[in-house]
Amino acid sequence: MSAFAESEANETFVLNLGPQHPATHGVLRVKLTMDGEYIVEAEPVLGYIHRMHEKMGENRTWAQFLPNTGRMDYLHALAFNHGYVSVVERAAGIEVPERAEYLRVITSELNRVSSHLLWFGAFILDLGGFSPLLYAFDDREHILDLLESVTGSRLTYCYFRFGGVYNDIDDNFVAGARAFIKRLRDRMPMYHNLVTKNIILMKRLQEVGPISAEMCRKYGATGPVCRGSGINFDVRKHEPYSIYPEMDFEVPVYEQGDSMARYMVRMDEIEQSLRIVEQALDKLPEGPVMAEKVPKIIKPPKGDYYHAVETARGSFGVRVVSDGSNTPYRLKLRSPTFSNLSLYGEACRGMLLPDALALMGSLDLVIPEIDR
Amino acid sequence: MIDYLREIISGTWSLFVGLGITIRYFFQPVVTVQYPYQTLPMTPRFRGHIELVKDEETGETKCIVCGMCQKACPSNCITVNGEKREGVKGKVLTEYTLDFTKCSLCGLCVESCTPKAITFSKDYNLAGVKKEAYIFDLKKRLEAKN
Repeated sequence: MSAFAESEANETFVLNLGPQHPATHGVLRVKLTMDGEYIVEAEPVLGYIHRMHEKMGENRTWAQFLPNTGRMDYLHALAFNHGYVSVVERAAGIEVPERAEYLRVITSELNRVSSHLLWFGAFILDLGGFSPLLYAFDDREHILDLLESVTGSRLTYCYFRFGGVYNDIDDNFVAGARAFIKRLRDRMPMYHNLVTKNIILMKRLQEVGPISAEMCRKYGATGPVCRGSGINFDVRKHEPYSIYPEMDFEVPVYEQGDSMARYMVRMDEIEQSLRIVEQALDKLPEGPVMAEKVPKIIKPPKGDYYHAVETARGSFGVRVVSDGSNTPYRLKLRSPTFSNLSLYGEACRGMLLPDALALMGSLDLVIPEIDR
Repeated sequence: MIDYLREIISGTWSLFVGLGITIRYFFQPVVTVQYPYQTLPMTPRFRGHIELVKDEETGETKCIVCGMCQKACPSNCITVNGEKREGVKGKVLTEYTLDFTKCSLCGLCVESCTPKAITFSKDYNLAGVKKEAYIFDLKKRLEAKN
């Protein structure tokens, strides 16, 4: 960084990264003030796909907002589903049968693996390597097939309902999930040999894009971004919900804070998610998948409710304010990538442009979720 | 200096390891399907656009025109109309239109349907050039099936 900003201020120029740029994975625009190849200032410009999800929630009944949740984070739709149904269940005091909770955890952990696999492929693609994407998509396809067989859709799942889940799983799903766990575990060493140990990747990620723990706290970064900077925070462990307290899993934490650390956190998380799915399949109880006494029209009592879940990108919180009617009075969505992106301006100051793109990839941005 | 040389050797070796993996996979069977010449079997739970169900006894629709699907729909894409007819108990369906341009395939309508008169179709090859092609008259589709 020693060569940074040696020229006069009037020699800088503005470079627009996006809104249509393959590396921004959507319609994100970053206004970069450049001094030659070095970044002086980066300002993310948001709002290109703002769809007013929060306002939409106020104009729909509680149940009608369900399909919207999957449209925000389309890569980990089930966790967003989970966050919303949990907060409404908390508000309306609906008890969820145990089997339904297990199914929620199994499907959303599989969904987390598919999200990380897609991120893995797209991230390496950003760095210029094409073939790992094809390997990742090969595995991801198996998860999509599994989830399609139980939920009916492949991407924007709307599987959870207030008081349970929409469909029960069958033996084919259990067998398929077990076969997939074995398959992916067998393939993980291949991924590490192909990508993680590759010298080009190591040189591009190690000590690139350092994010300190203070910076994470300052901007409210969660998920693999903060766990890559040495902060041990995972909603599944620290504010446990559903059946996560009964599951035995570890939270991968890396101290380095560079892009490689965030990469390793996600790769380790894939293995931990597989562990959770395996345990949940072993313990899966019999019983109904839908609570019996769920009113057809939900009217939670007056009050203010909050529930957070851990998505593939961090902590997703839903705050609802109910005035006792059949629509929410206010619906506030705290999405993880919005906070994770906020630190981008500070983190990439003084970096080379290609390194800044590696940092952006390591943040795992999903633009529809930032803009909501 | 020794570290530098060691890194060059191990780094070059890591590239060969990666190449070895891709070469090994090159000789393994193809995992993709040559669509549209080959297709994969569809899951029975696939959520396509909705369709009216035929009553096996009468050959007519099971719909009782209660309008619950219309109310449940988040995007207001269902229009149901019925009329009273002499000698027939309850309402008779005259119109069931699905505006598929707005439908988000959430399935809340199917869940809300008490007489189980609607179900998911298995259509997925939906491509067209006109918006009108996606305003489905489901009653006509059911009659065309008979």
